[in-house]
Amino acid sequence: MWRIERRHEEFPGTVTLALRREGHLEVPALPGQFNMLYAFGAGEVAISLSGPSAPSSDPLIHTIKSQGFATQALCRLPVGAQLGVRGPFGHGWPMLDGSHRPLVIIAGGLGLAPLRPLIYRFLQGQLPARSLQVFYGARRPQEMLYREELPAWGKSFELVTSVDHADTNWNGHVGVITDPLRVSAVNVKEALVLLCGPEIMMRFCIQVLRHKGVPASSIYLSMERNMKCAIGLCGHCQWGPHLVCRDGPVFCYQDVCKWFQINGL
Amino acid sequence: MKNIASLLHEHPFFHGLSGGDLNFLATCAENSRYKEGEYLAKESAPANHFFLIRSGRVAVETFVPNHGPLCLMTLQDGDIFGWSWLYPPYLTAFDARALSPVRCLRLGGKCLREKCESEPRLGFELMKRFARIATERLQAARIQLLDVYGPHPSQNPVQRRPHL
Repeated sequence: MWRIERRHEEFPGTVTLALRREGHLEVPALPGQFNMLYAFGAGEVAISLSGPSAPSSDPLIHTIKSQGFATQALCRLPVGAQLGVRGPFGHGWPMLDGSHRPLVIIAGGLGLAPLRPLIYRFLQGQLPARSLQVFYGARRPQEMLYREELPAWGKSFELVTSVDHADTNWNGHVGVITDPLRVSAVNVKEALVLLCGPEIMMRFCIQVLRHKGVPASSIYLSMERNMKCAIGLCGHCQWGPHLVCRDGPVFCYQDVCKWFQINGL
Repeated sequence: MKNIASLLHEHPFFHGLSGGDLNFLATCAENSRYKEGEYLAKESAPANHFFLIRSGRVAVETFVPNHGPLCLMTLQDGDIFGWSWLYPPYLTAFDARALSPVRCLRLGGKCLREKCESEPRLGFELMKRFARIATERLQAARIQLLDVYGPHPSQNPVQRRPHL
């Protein structure tokens, strides 16, 4: 049985939980994969891994936004509470395979969570990337994830943050994340671009990336659909010919671009 | 020391214009600097200038009663600010405040209008450049309006505010 070891409220309605199963070695999980978290009596929901910071026996980290019945129940759980965990499931982010390409990460809102393990790996020298650029967009400064970590990240690699709305206390960029992306110097021939965020935000970012000349084969994105069984049996997360839980949630844009353009799919 | 025409040439807004055109426009331009917190332009004031930001960051703001200034967008190196000098009543629509020390080229609006009128080919070229940037900013504003990171991004933003 899993217990909550730590609980951190990122901002009202969004918490990060550290989960540990006493006496057991953790199942190795890859950045981009997800677990099914079960709040007893409420239900089960797919949540991406946002940690651990190192592939070791550290607790599993999940960042959860309180939206539906199950996520509300998970967000209310206190430290020490029990919950069920199945996983990890799905295909994670491509791990560069020693190619030392420049890595570009574009995250929106809660979409930073599944990309955070990759950022940790880069910081620990475990990711064979030549460089890292991170573009992170959020609604307001108060609704940014991992705010205490962002200043240190900004000293270690190029970090561009942008919010849609801000008062005069915010000294960063205000506007949609596509603005700084459009004017940024991205190595379009070599860069590997990883995207995660609201689907509409990813669509506009892909437009900018394609306009800049980034090949579709160099863009990877994490899709979100209603995943129930997580093992490709129930069909709830069907997306064109794919089942997001089994074939994703990370897809290469080249493989899914024709499904990506169909409204309502 | 670089002359104004070469500084204009370095700014992305004027990329690709001929030396002759840049020299023609350079007589409207001057180098200017703003300290952090200083205003480049104020809402409802005469729109006398067009700004090409060379370095620094600028907030485009509006004052909301009972709330204070609200930042609508930020601009940086390579961006432009101000096209209200193009059309009557030639009044600035928003405040522009320096968030850091800003170096920019400031072009006289009246001077630019006269140059565009006297040289329609150049005027049309500049209008195309303004239209592209205005379109990009309109698209960005529409995406902001979608509130994609909000709790119900798929809802029509107008429907969410029935009092509108």
